[in-house]
Amino acid sequence: MKPYHIALKNLSRRPARMFFLTVALAVGLAAVVALVTLSNSMTADIEQTMDQFGANILITPKSNDLALSYGGISLGRVSFDQRELDPSVLQRIKTIKNRENIAVVAPKVLGAVTVRGKDLLLVGVDFAAELRLKRWWRLTGTEPVAVDDALLGSAAAKVLGVKAGDRLEVGDRSFKVSAVLQDTGSQDDSLLFVPLAAAQAITGKQGRITLIEVAALCGGCPITDMAGQISAVLPDAKVSAIKQVVEGRLQTIGQLKRFSLGMGGVIALISLVLVFITMMGNVNERKVEIGIFRAIGYRTGHVMGIILVEAGLVGLLSGFSGYLLGLAAAAGALPLMSQSGNPHLLVQWQVALPAILSVALVSLLAAFYPARRAGRMDPADALRSL
Amino acid sequence: MIQTTSLAKNYPSGDGEVAALRGVDLTVETGEFVCIMGQSGSGKSTLLTILGGMCHPSSGTVTVDDTALYGLNDDGLADFRARHFGFVFQSFHLVPYLTALENVMLPLAPLKLPAAKKRSMAAEALAQVGLAGKEGRLPSRMSGGEQERVAIARAVVNRPAILFADEPTGNLDSATSDQVMGLFEELHQAGQTIVMVTHNPDNGRYAQRMVRLKDGLVLQDTAI
Repeated sequence: MKPYHIALKNLSRRPARMFFLTVALAVGLAAVVALVTLSNSMTADIEQTMDQFGANILITPKSNDLALSYGGISLGRVSFDQRELDPSVLQRIKTIKNRENIAVVAPKVLGAVTVRGKDLLLVGVDFAAELRLKRWWRLTGTEPVAVDDALLGSAAAKVLGVKAGDRLEVGDRSFKVSAVLQDTGSQDDSLLFVPLAAAQAITGKQGRITLIEVAALCGGCPITDMAGQISAVLPDAKVSAIKQVVEGRLQTIGQLKRFSLGMGGVIALISLVLVFITMMGNVNERKVEIGIFRAIGYRTGHVMGIILVEAGLVGLLSGFSGYLLGLAAAAGALPLMSQSGNPHLLVQWQVALPAILSVALVSLLAAFYPARRAGRMDPADALRSL
Repeated sequence: MIQTTSLAKNYPSGDGEVAALRGVDLTVETGEFVCIMGQSGSGKSTLLTILGGMCHPSSGTVTVDDTALYGLNDDGLADFRARHFGFVFQSFHLVPYLTALENVMLPLAPLKLPAAKKRSMAAEALAQVGLAGKEGRLPSRMSGGEQERVAIARAVVNRPAILFADEPTGNLDSATSDQVMGLFEELHQAGQTIVMVTHNPDNGRYAQRMVRLKDGLVLQDTAI
């Protein structure tokens, strides 16, 4: 038997004495865990929503003096000296610090073409990336996958008199209109989308890119930070962060996060006081017992060790149960607070251990003075009968 | 051997002080069984706590086998108590959530001994006081006499040089008191030095020397 065994025996054989303290600490941690988990889950929910809202970073050539009419820049007509982006920029974008936050990179090449006697804006795209970027698109027909598949905006389809399944001659190439976009109410209704390589060939811009749209998840860093990072790796490009309406929502979530942390601080303080009062009461109640330990030769450190082991174990137990309780509470509350209708609980197991250990640490800190007082107790004073 | 010189102890009382001991000179030889008697307030319990290294005297010295007890620091004093002293308290003072065996092992816990050795020493001490087979019982499931015997086993488990006892039969009936005092007698016959405080004259007959205190002074010191 070692002195710390005494603490284990006390807790295991008289659990009721520390039960309420354990419950109180667990509920405190559960509240913090629930709030933080909720705010993190809601942030992830918003990020997912933002992904569906489309691009939030636009990359264009720095000295592009043409008035394009796509993606926030105007396109009047194609100029001969128009500068384009090099395809290597796609790889360089993926080297930024917050590359994990990049959801979609959608390169485009633009050019004016004449189809069936009508002037159209031809957009070369990577269909897989484009369809992921514009999840609000509704297609009549099948998703374009083949190298000769084309996608036509609803207004353009009407003007050209084309429907899904028809073939369309563009320059010296023939495309199958695999789908027609349902009305979006945007400029997309007037565009003709074809695979990037085909558009590069038709417009004579082989290996060139007019602009790149990037959808970034904002949780890890602000969009402006990411735009700055992309600018740093693409010095010849103009990188613009597009403000999204959901940023306001993210600010609200940020406030909830700050509130959660503030609550955590208040709860930690209350826990500190609670453990202190309980352990002081515990030490006073066990004065005779401590007197015996001291009388039979326990050093100050031995007695302090007994009290601190008890406090630490209560903290660990509270931390573990409080963490699980907090997750359960967050799981129950998340559907009520999310607006996406399909929220996912964001469980960050890597913070479980720090959360549990922080409760144990608070418990140890609060118990330090009572333990020190117990350790320095005069045995003769403690054993009043002597 | 314990030797005290001009031992005095004052306690604060109101605006002044009250003297519990007023210059006690006492020598207890190795192997002696000394009984300290006196009226309530005579200073006998104060003397025991000072001899046992639990309470600093206001003045005077206590020497145990050439060691000036109160020249040691707090940890040194605790170590000294752990290695050289055993204590039996009036109210048994067993730890309620520990079994008889665990209570007896308490003085061994801070010592660097193998767990099996501690266990066997505690079991042996319990057997010595006639409690073999009751190692796993909690104090609440034992009689007063059994609890007192557990307390005695705890006091002797570390084979102390000196055993201090404070009113060891104070809470026992006469039959059980005789049994407990019989145990003290056996320990003494085995060579144990015992210093016992009691107000019960019947217990004095087990000792070989009686020191009577009055108002903090040694009134009488006689061999029995």
